[in-house]
Amino acid sequence: MSKQIIVPFGPQHPVLPEPIHLDLVLEDETVVDVLPSIGYVHRGLEKLVEKREFTEYTFIAERICGICSFIHSLTYVQAVEQIMGIEVPERAHYLRTIWSEYSRLHSHLLWLGCFADSMGFENLFMNSWRIREHILDELEATTGGRVIQSACKVGGVRKDISGEQLDGMLFRLKDIKKDLHTITSVFLEDSSVKHRLKKVGVLSKQDAYYLGAVGPTGRGSGVAIDARETGYAAYGKLNFKPAVATEGDCYARCDVRIQELFSAIDIIEQAAKKIPEGPIEIKITGAPNGEYFSRSEQPRGELVHYVKGNGKKNLVRSRVRTPTFTNIPPLIKMLTGCQLADVPVIVLSIDPCIGCSER
Amino acid sequence: MTLLKMAATAIKSLFSRPATLMYPARPAKRTAATRGHIVIDPANCITCRSCQRKCPTGAICVDVKEKTWQIDRMRCVICNACGDVCPTKCLSMDPAYPKALTARGGIYKVAVAGPKKKEPVPPLTDSPKPDKV
Repeated sequence: MSKQIIVPFGPQHPVLPEPIHLDLVLEDETVVDVLPSIGYVHRGLEKLVEKREFTEYTFIAERICGICSFIHSLTYVQAVEQIMGIEVPERAHYLRTIWSEYSRLHSHLLWLGCFADSMGFENLFMNSWRIREHILDELEATTGGRVIQSACKVGGVRKDISGEQLDGMLFRLKDIKKDLHTITSVFLEDSSVKHRLKKVGVLSKQDAYYLGAVGPTGRGSGVAIDARETGYAAYGKLNFKPAVATEGDCYARCDVRIQELFSAIDIIEQAAKKIPEGPIEIKITGAPNGEYFSRSEQPRGELVHYVKGNGKKNLVRSRVRTPTFTNIPPLIKMLTGCQLADVPVIVLSIDPCIGCSER
Repeated sequence: MTLLKMAATAIKSLFSRPATLMYPARPAKRTAATRGHIVIDPANCITCRSCQRKCPTGAICVDVKEKTWQIDRMRCVICNACGDVCPTKCLSMDPAYPKALTARGGIYKVAVAGPKKKEPVPPLTDSPKPDKV
């Protein structure tokens, strides 16, 4: 047996967009054990629920994550609405679905860019982000914010999308789809990319299931769990299937996300066709009294918001379980046995959002 | 030719204009809906303090006696919650992004009309300059 050495990886590392620290135990070039530690960006956002009114907390819930911000606020308001027994207007449900899918598009494109960067493919990175910019423009034109949309509120949504705007969005989505085909074909077909991704960081279906992998990490290993199938917002009325790949390596996870990009465009098109006319919000009175677990599908996987109120303006407890937090044990499993040079690609392949997982 | 998948895109990028804007030489893109910064119409403010109560970060401070409305731009997260609750709609969102600030600057205070419009509104004094550090 050769001598073991420990190589620290992160929290500041050129390939990591966010701070996670991994102590890699190496034997020669092979990783034999990994000790993760998080806690660099803890902000105490869950505690803040006691200091702010439950309606104001929507803005704070949104700021838990800087990428999937819309879905955080959506999940939080869903929990509050369920406690208070609020029936949200149908149009608001559809608008929430459209914005959720736009968030998914922009998050996955961001990830594809970061992933290409982790492989050292700068050109692909820039081109992925160029497409993402068009998605952000749509979000800004419809909600007012590029990244922090502030479009959700308890009882509905704050902004409406007019019919003409929606037609314009669908028209531009066709161009975006064309660009996406060009870019994603490089990820899926280029031999150098394939060489870097195939059979790297393999997670078996059984491991993925028992370690609780969620989102594309789980679906890349063949575990077809998708919280959108529970039918929250307007997903129950739209036709889609969770994207699944079976190999469980980095290539499979990349493939799942690329399939999701196209399914997101498909969902937006379906939602735009079916969206009913009507009000976008209802007036709310009173305060939540009770508790609720709200689930939704973030770009990274299943997100859970737990909310507890006691009939006063300020809530008693809020708890967020984010997909990255759940995906850290599967990540450790993937890293064990890999080569040191593959570590950045494998870490990026779960799409780590540490800001999310630490709140 | 799986090796040259990227070549067509790369060559096209060589001969096309850059996708980025040379900000600030060219102005940033903004839409009518863009949340840039909150502006107040002092003639219509009735110092009801709804905005102060609804602000999630406590950036707004309304003095009823002195009839002033103050915002700390460093604390403001530009959520437009104040604009939504304002009964006279005197708060509105300007699509232009605010200028870069220092930690000690950003406090913007204006004299407002107040609830009763007996006297004419004093002219808006030019915006206070950030304190010199």
